[in-house]
Amino acid sequence: MISCILKTKSKVFFAFLFALVVSFGAIAQEQASEQAEVATKGVEPGATQGATTDATPAGDPAVIDAGEALFKNNCVVCHSAGSDVIVGPGLQGITQKRNEAWLIKWIKNSQALISAGDKDAIAVYNEYNKQAMPSFAFSDDEIKSILAYVESGKGVVSAPVAGPEGATAGENVGTDAIGAVGGYLDIILVVLIVVLIVLVVTLLLITSLLKNYLNKNRKLDEYDSEIVNQRFDFSKIYKSKAVRTLVVLIFVVVLLDLTIDKVMGIGIQQGYAPKQPIAFSHKLHAGEHQINCNYCHSTVYESKSASIPSANICMNCHSQIKTESPEIQKIYRAIERNRPIEWVRIHNLPDLSYFNHSQHTQVGGVECQTCHGPIEEMDVVYQYSPLTMGWCIDCHRETPLNTEGNEYYDNLVELHESTSKGAFTVSSNGGTECSKCHY
Amino acid sequence: MQDRIKYWKGIEELNNTPEFAKNAHNEFPEFLPLDEAKGEGSSSNGKTQRRDFLKLLGFSMAAVSLASCEAPVRKAIPYLNKPVDVEPGVANWYASTYYLNGDYNSILVKTREGRPIKIEPNPSSSVTPYGTSSRAQASVLGVYDNNRLRFPLIKGKEAKWEDIDKQIASRLSAVNGKVAFVSSTIISPSTKQLIEEFGSRFGNFEHVTYDVNSSSALLAANGGVVPGYDFSKANIIVSIGADFLGTWGAPIPFAKQYIQNRKIDADNPTMSRHYQFETILSMTGANADIRVPIKPSEEAAVVTAMYNAIAGGSAASTNVGDAKALAAAIKDLQANKGKALVVSGSNDPGVQAMVTAINSALGAEGTTIDSASPYFTKQGNDAQMIRLINEMNAGSVGAVFFYNTNPVYDHPLADKVVSGLQKVGLKVSFADRVDETASLAEFVTPDHHYLESWNDFEPKRGFLSIAQPVISPIFTTRQMQDSLLKWSGNNTNFYEYIRNNWRKVATGDFNKFWEKAVHDGVLENGSSMLKVSAPTTAATTTVRTVKPTGVEAVLYEKVSIGSGAEANNPWLQELPDPVSKATWGNYIAMPIKMAEEMGVTQGDVIAISLANGKTIELPALIQPGQANGTVGIAMGYGREIESAPVAKGLGANAFPVAAVVDNGISYSSSVQLKKTDATSPIAQTQTHHTIMDRLVVQENTLANYKSNPKEVTEYIRIATHEGPAKPAAISLWDDYEYKNHHWGMVIDLNSCIGCGACTVSCNVENNIPVVGKAEVLNRREMHWMRIDRYYSAVEHEAKDYATMENPAENPSVIFQPMLCQHCNHAPCETVCPVAATMHSSEGINQMAYNRCVGTRYCANNCPYKVRRFNWFAYANNDKFNFNEPMNNDLGKMVLNPDVTVRARGVMEKCSFCVQRVQLGKLEAKRENRRPKDGEIVTACAQSCPTEAIIFGDMKDSESRISKILARQNGERAFHVLEELNVQPNVTYLTKIRNLA
Repeated sequence: MISCILKTKSKVFFAFLFALVVSFGAIAQEQASEQAEVATKGVEPGATQGATTDATPAGDPAVIDAGEALFKNNCVVCHSAGSDVIVGPGLQGITQKRNEAWLIKWIKNSQALISAGDKDAIAVYNEYNKQAMPSFAFSDDEIKSILAYVESGKGVVSAPVAGPEGATAGENVGTDAIGAVGGYLDIILVVLIVVLIVLVVTLLLITSLLKNYLNKNRKLDEYDSEIVNQRFDFSKIYKSKAVRTLVVLIFVVVLLDLTIDKVMGIGIQQGYAPKQPIAFSHKLHAGEHQINCNYCHSTVYESKSASIPSANICMNCHSQIKTESPEIQKIYRAIERNRPIEWVRIHNLPDLSYFNHSQHTQVGGVECQTCHGPIEEMDVVYQYSPLTMGWCIDCHRETPLNTEGNEYYDNLVELHESTSKGAFTVSSNGGTECSKCHY
Repeated sequence: MQDRIKYWKGIEELNNTPEFAKNAHNEFPEFLPLDEAKGEGSSSNGKTQRRDFLKLLGFSMAAVSLASCEAPVRKAIPYLNKPVDVEPGVANWYASTYYLNGDYNSILVKTREGRPIKIEPNPSSSVTPYGTSSRAQASVLGVYDNNRLRFPLIKGKEAKWEDIDKQIASRLSAVNGKVAFVSSTIISPSTKQLIEEFGSRFGNFEHVTYDVNSSSALLAANGGVVPGYDFSKANIIVSIGADFLGTWGAPIPFAKQYIQNRKIDADNPTMSRHYQFETILSMTGANADIRVPIKPSEEAAVVTAMYNAIAGGSAASTNVGDAKALAAAIKDLQANKGKALVVSGSNDPGVQAMVTAINSALGAEGTTIDSASPYFTKQGNDAQMIRLINEMNAGSVGAVFFYNTNPVYDHPLADKVVSGLQKVGLKVSFADRVDETASLAEFVTPDHHYLESWNDFEPKRGFLSIAQPVISPIFTTRQMQDSLLKWSGNNTNFYEYIRNNWRKVATGDFNKFWEKAVHDGVLENGSSMLKVSAPTTAATTTVRTVKPTGVEAVLYEKVSIGSGAEANNPWLQELPDPVSKATWGNYIAMPIKMAEEMGVTQGDVIAISLANGKTIELPALIQPGQANGTVGIAMGYGREIESAPVAKGLGANAFPVAAVVDNGISYSSSVQLKKTDATSPIAQTQTHHTIMDRLVVQENTLANYKSNPKEVTEYIRIATHEGPAKPAAISLWDDYEYKNHHWGMVIDLNSCIGCGACTVSCNVENNIPVVGKAEVLNRREMHWMRIDRYYSAVEHEAKDYATMENPAENPSVIFQPMLCQHCNHAPCETVCPVAATMHSSEGINQMAYNRCVGTRYCANNCPYKVRRFNWFAYANNDKFNFNEPMNNDLGKMVLNPDVTVRARGVMEKCSFCVQRVQLGKLEAKRENRRPKDGEIVTACAQSCPTEAIIFGDMKDSESRISKILARQNGERAFHVLEELNVQPNVTYLTKIRNLA
């Protein structure tokens, strides 16, 4: 008898336990992914500034900043400021290696230098697969500022990392601390759960022991035995009117919620991950090989569209690398047939809304991942954010404006601080008005 | 008692006809156009049945749920090989040049992903530094015209270029008789040289230049050029029939000069005085300070009177027109020697010779006429063309080429052109479509559009400019010049040809020089390359003696449609005439008196019998200011060709009104008018926006302005218990606080000449649909920016509307650009039930199309009537296929990708070009700075050739707009309908007239 009771009880109990474990697991996972995000953010250029500025050698910070802007807009697609090779060589220590006059000549027109028979130039050209460096119409001062930036070591990124422990120190200390606190809480919770489970099990064992003892060793009168061997009547519960009403109510509410959820979700393609004509992996390119987003999506800092790379950008590397892969062969075929590759568009904003990448990336300093999610972990890209108006507005209401060093905002920040205590958010500068996105 | 000036919008308002009174209170039609939308299949009683309704409901539910199940797969297609200088989403700008039939504009072309989408003025040019003509604005659609020829034709059949080249070469080598190359004015030095080279291999070759609206007589009297008029230096301007702001000479450069001397503030209260003697009420006449209506036959007499008084020495004795005004004009001219200018639109060499003599007697040479830099924008020679027509008929012409010219349609002797062409062996047309002339040609070798071509120009001696291609040729067309090079056996292409030609004027390293010239679009170092031929016989002051009998008809050119070469452009067709405000067709402009005598009301069809036996039937439009005893008819309409579907069937061809007199073309002739029983409505955009006696537009005289600048503008004050107060002093609403920007606009009514370039520019920039004649008649045009034209008249004390009739015969005219006023206390915002229109923190009245449910409350509540409702889907709708920018794949290329194409059932209006404001701010933020003044401008302000519209940030105290407002506040600055206290962000400046 008792075993039967126990059985049902334990079923309910185990179900409860399972639910607990699952939900805690989910929480833990969420936290883990947050940490992963912190880690990836840590390696983005710019975010590491705090860590390395101490090492900045003497030099006008304004010049270096100017150089940084130029470098990021023009050079990063082929060069890192460190030592790793992207297309062209890493530029760390370039100012020691070559003299400035030569560098200026080279940057302005490398082909002229090569055809003039400069030995160094030819050597570099041959070393890097005869990839011609395009000419840049910089002034001498601009080139010097870029060199100053390279020299400053500001852009040097510490070794690429994959885990949370790799997060660079400095700016990210705060977020790390939050992560650590989260870890302690987890442990305490788990310990508590274990203690509770032990308690419950012990109590159950005690009841069954006591019951067995009473039944076997004591003569109980009718009344007592009835109490001891009482069987829980479940039918009473599910036959009760209150319970039934409650269940129906819950059912209706859940159904309604689901319906509303689904209806509101019409047209929202969150999680949309269509099959692409070429199985391009962002995980491989952006994740493992650490290719800057800007290398392929070359207009992301300049234009309203981030632009999907044209086949000639793929060819910068794939004219040499993995030429045998059937997926790469598809690019060759496209070029041979002179027909562009028709990718499936994942992020479909309606025509009535205007979105500008450069406004968010260059001016706002928003990371790609903020909207596109952990793109460097995606083998197949999916739509990470809902891209609904509510989602846009939420961010505009909460995000403080990236006003530092931007003369545009100088007076506005002062004005805002004199009249309001809250953060100077996008929306406090009119960022939630209709005509900011709809025209 | 001082006279009060009244304005009215049209004759209906003046006469207060029953129809007008009905419409005045029913501005928005109350019926719903359901039956119209359903077409012929609608049920007879016009009501939807309950069952039908349920069926529809069910179907649409099913359709909606099906459609929502799965989102369509959309493709994102990158370049295969991205061009270096094209960044998707970023516009590229190229300098180029628009020139057609005298209308010269140095321009910048905005391209997006390789598609030209907008034309703007080129500030590097000193000839046309700001603003363009409306035709230049609209010309960008021409490149996407679906009706252009896609391939060359031999005898009307598709052919290959190789075959064409072979056949033409062999035919040319065996040509018998004269070879003639007929073109409109060519101001391209390289092209002209090339044509000369091409002709040099024939024994008998002639390059015949023929202009539709010819200035042949003017050229004859001035050595083959349009004199280098400089209106900016003239204190007294007298024009006898010359529409120099709209269609005569070089209108855009002239408009720029003209207005320089009419911008005025209290520190410098001087401006030119402009007399205009003319027959039709032209745009230039509408801007004149003193306008005198005269018959065309009186032009010579007016000029003779001036000539006698100024150059001839004898006393002026004349009774033409308004003798008092003529005497005043002569007196003013004599008092302003060296600062006066006389121009005439007459095509009578005798008249023009007298005008030249008057100008030299006035000492205009070297002051108001820059003799070193004449204009080359008109070179047509009437006599040359007439001679060619006779030669063709005589059978002595062996080959003829037509370039940018269509004499079968637009020559007064069109019949003789047709008969003559039958006797010509080789006929080649370079037309871009099968026009009237090309349909008679054996070979049609379509030329590129100008945006697909290299070319060079010299509109004015010493001022060169370049046109460069901004898009690859869309069709298998070939530039005329390349064809000529091919047929002359020259293997260079025209690009190389121009480059070689330009080496003559190059300084320093040629490649650098050339790159800079192409980049700037202009070269203004004084070097000149164009050769023009001087007339063989100089004009004498003997005038033609034609005695008119009966009514005199005048053939004139409209500012929008011109000679009809661009008639297939829907933007130009829907651009209202500056004065009559009529769209989509021509009509007979008739003076009020004549209409009364003939018992004609507006829209009655009149049959005009011409001297040459032809009859034209057109509706009458009663035009105040039209000289008595005359009618005016516009050229450029009455097209019947299939290749111009937009223009087909609109109006009638009025070219037969012109007549050949003394080997020249006279644009007026004697006609007989007969009223028919038929009526035909004229689609005018203005007659229905009533003013109801309110003070919306202000003007005053220069004399008053000089004596007290603070008295020229009337400010309305509200009576309160504390005495009169500004309307803004009493308000229900809280004021907005502008922290960042406060966008505003100032419109100088003294500078606005009414040309309509802003309207077209706005259409192009903001994807505004063209609605067509029927919908304009339904009062549903969509223009965000319109130019209201008010006729003014003197009303005496205690008189009713009827007494205003008398001065209406020759009213003064005032133009008022009207657009959303972006009110700070906007009446539209408060009545929108869904908050689809609201105020921004930068002073812009925003319109969210997707929130709009189409109640039209806002339009009802707008005192300025600037809101437009999308009654139909104008895009992807066969019923509106003339709306080319939205109804075919090619036309859609011209749409601005940054602006939504609005759907049916939503309201729209001027947005202050918010897309440009946003972009300008973004550019500034990207460069870590505040926006510079003048960097952010609306499309209308940018395209205004007279800088009448100034847009800017009123929050920036250093901006031009702030300075103007500070200067003019309390003097000329006023808000329209200030008494309503809607506090517009658009300010107008009172018009000042320099009355005699």
